Amino acid sequence: MSNLRRKVYMTGGYNTVSLGTGRKEFNPKKPRPGLEHYIKEAGQGCLSQIGGAAHVDECVIGNFMAARFNRQANLAGFFPMIDPGLRYKAATRVEGACASGGLALTAGIRSVLAESAEVVLVMGVEVQNTVKAIYGADILAGAGWYPDRKNGHAYFFPGQFSNRAGAYFEKYGRENTRKGMARWFRYMVENARTCPTAQEFHNTVADLDALGLTEPDGRSFVDYLNVFDCSKVSDGASAIAVVSEEGLKRLGLTAKDAIEVVAWAQVEEDITQPPVDPTEVSTIKEAVKQALKRAGITMEQVATVETHDCFTIAAVMAIEAMGLARPGKGADFILDGHTARSGHIPFNTTGGLIGWGHPVGATGVHQAVTIWEQLTGKAGASQVKIDPARPYGMTVNMGGDDKTVVSIIYK
Amino acid sequence: MNYTDRLKKVSVLGAAGKMGSGILLLTSMEMADQMLQDRSLSLELWAIDLAPEGLRGLMKYLRSQVLKAAEKKTVWLRKMYADRQDLVENGEIIQAYVDEVLALVNTSTHISDAWGSTLVFEAIKEDPAVKVPVLKEIAEKGGGNTWFFTNTSSIPIHRLDSEAGMSGSIIGFHFYNPPAVQKLVELIPCRNTKQELTDFANQYAKNLRKVVVPSNDHAGFIGNGHFMRDALFAIKKAEKLAETMSLQEAIWVVNRVSQDFLLRPMGIFQLIDYVGIDVVVYIMQVMNPFLPDEDLHSPFLDKLLAKGIRGGQFSDGSQKDGFFKYEKGKPVAMVNPLTGTYDPVGPINDATSGKIGELPLQLAWKEVNFSASKASQLSQFYAALKGMTTWGAELAKEYGVTSRKIGELLVNSGVAHSAADVNKVLETGFYHAYGPINEYFN
Repeated sequence: MSNLRRKVYMTGGYNTVSLGTGRKEFNPKKPRPGLEHYIKEAGQGCLSQIGGAAHVDECVIGNFMAARFNRQANLAGFFPMIDPGLRYKAATRVEGACASGGLALTAGIRSVLAESAEVVLVMGVEVQNTVKAIYGADILAGAGWYPDRKNGHAYFFPGQFSNRAGAYFEKYGRENTRKGMARWFRYMVENARTCPTAQEFHNTVADLDALGLTEPDGRSFVDYLNVFDCSKVSDGASAIAVVSEEGLKRLGLTAKDAIEVVAWAQVEEDITQPPVDPTEVSTIKEAVKQALKRAGITMEQVATVETHDCFTIAAVMAIEAMGLARPGKGADFILDGHTARSGHIPFNTTGGLIGWGHPVGATGVHQAVTIWEQLTGKAGASQVKIDPARPYGMTVNMGGDDKTVVSIIYK
Repeated sequence: MNYTDRLKKVSVLGAAGKMGSGILLLTSMEMADQMLQDRSLSLELWAIDLAPEGLRGLMKYLRSQVLKAAEKKTVWLRKMYADRQDLVENGEIIQAYVDEVLALVNTSTHISDAWGSTLVFEAIKEDPAVKVPVLKEIAEKGGGNTWFFTNTSSIPIHRLDSEAGMSGSIIGFHFYNPPAVQKLVELIPCRNTKQELTDFANQYAKNLRKVVVPSNDHAGFIGNGHFMRDALFAIKKAEKLAETMSLQEAIWVVNRVSQDFLLRPMGIFQLIDYVGIDVVVYIMQVMNPFLPDEDLHSPFLDKLLAKGIRGGQFSDGSQKDGFFKYEKGKPVAMVNPLTGTYDPVGPINDATSGKIGELPLQLAWKEVNFSASKASQLSQFYAALKGMTTWGAELAKEYGVTSRKIGELLVNSGVAHSAADVNKVLETGFYHAYGPINEYFN
């Protein structure tokens, strides 16, 4: 793929709260807002920043498993509920497991590139607290290959990444890697404390390193990860407008209110096959490589990254896949402070999946919103310093066990 | 006979009761787990209770509780059902397990269905006159092959053994309430109890992941041995304080001091309500004849009972009115022992707070009991208390010293094997932040 034939921007980002354990208002025994509440809030939050529904040509929503979590399919039908101005407009729901949000973004980008739309309202949503985690694990297992479910772990995906962590420990050593994973957890919670919509915003634990180092217990959970190594169960939605230059004008906004999509890559791997090498995320590696190549930049020019840390070990491997650290050295890269908010290349500045939360279908869009906030100076207490000499932001959104990956580079 | 042979036919007597239902739950899951590990086993479980409506409620309770437990042990269950290709998702496996456990349980209102049991759990009325004939009947019909676990919390085991003619086939296996949640089991062999029975009981408790504290066979054992005397001290103290304040105020003061200054999960009068005033009176009656040097009896509690004030819990676990009326587990009104009517606790608290005075440090049980720095928090708290001379502090010290003396009495009179055992019972069975035999009240 060559350079983009048209400029594509994103603006008007909005996140609902990521609701689940950790939030003070969360009570598993009391009724909670449904799918429609989150879609409406995020959709209206974006529309109010772009002058209303009349400006929108098309809508896309990413969602993984509302059909099972909420007994609801056909999510495109929720757009006219957000605003009657969206009635009779084109709307699509896309699904790619935890990369559903990323796919919604690339679908929006394609529409703009195809000149079938100047303004696309892109959203992502997931409402997962409708079932207990042990049953949610069954639903999320749909992101893997179905015949693998029978011999998989009760907590299927933690089990998959626990196996990866086990293989990684064996190859590169356990102790230092676990320290790096624990430090990642700490950074994510610390970043989340700066962001009022984050699931860990209310977290007040003093010694996060110690908590992160809690010994895994395979009898009740998985062998090589503890619960702090894992993103939580979340309800939430995110929205952002994907627009052309003309679209920006229509909205009465300028390029300084927006981020430009410099390059993007969408990469797929065979879901029926196990990872080629469990100690690396090769599909992420390929996606990042393609995106950087199309953008014509190196990682050195990237100021901040939003990566898919569904598990701390996934972050360690992603850092290596990006080429920031050699294989086996991802934990050191974290322990040296490079990914901290004050570090050389701050990662997941609002907490990522572990700190901000992981409403599965919303995550890809949430990443875009965070990069938009950071690069336009709208990140509030979460704001990190962006060096004008390194003006790029990057996202990596992963579906399944390194199967569906979207990486986007912005400036 | 090996472990699982002993589980061939198990009967729980009083299965619909508060303790019996918990025992049935734990036993049914233990039996199902054994069958999952050895598919050739065929085990049966009888839930026996005289109340048919209670048995219907029991099955509902069992279904909901087994479901909860299965959700927590799905990691293990997936391994056990690995060969069942038709069971793929956690939801399917959990449901299969629930069905399997429930299929083990037969309900009956006839004692005769317990005949021929290999093991009987007895959790019927805490009254030797009720227990003895039932145990005797089943022992006779079992031809010496039936072993008995009794859940009595107060009756000496040797008395049941000799009166029911059980020749050592009985052991005290005292769960705490609720059995499914409380970790503690007091294990009380009598002098006759067969060693194999004691060994089996230890294995069973271990499989249930219970903390076992052995107790000698003295009425009340360790748990009630401490609680009854502690309660009696509190009542007498309140009566004494009532010479200078109203009786309501005096009870409130003792309740608050026993909770706030002793850092206990609830005040002593709340604990009496929780157990049931009627149950406390009854346990004292059972224990008293075995304690020639003491009079374990409270005319004050008798008077409350005569007014119909009983405490205890409803079947949904909520608290009945006793010394207090409760809302969401917190006391909101307090009985006037003279009239049997209730008054709001707010004014009673206001009238007595000044007199009690400040705590040594702003610390409560829930901040201490689960804290990683519990030991240092406790030392600081009680070091500060030691230097205090307020009225409340002096009362707290007297309370703490008395509790320690009760603990020491249990060791010295041979009820408990050691101070550590006494402390373990109070810490795990009563959720005290520390045991009564300590250095805080020297």
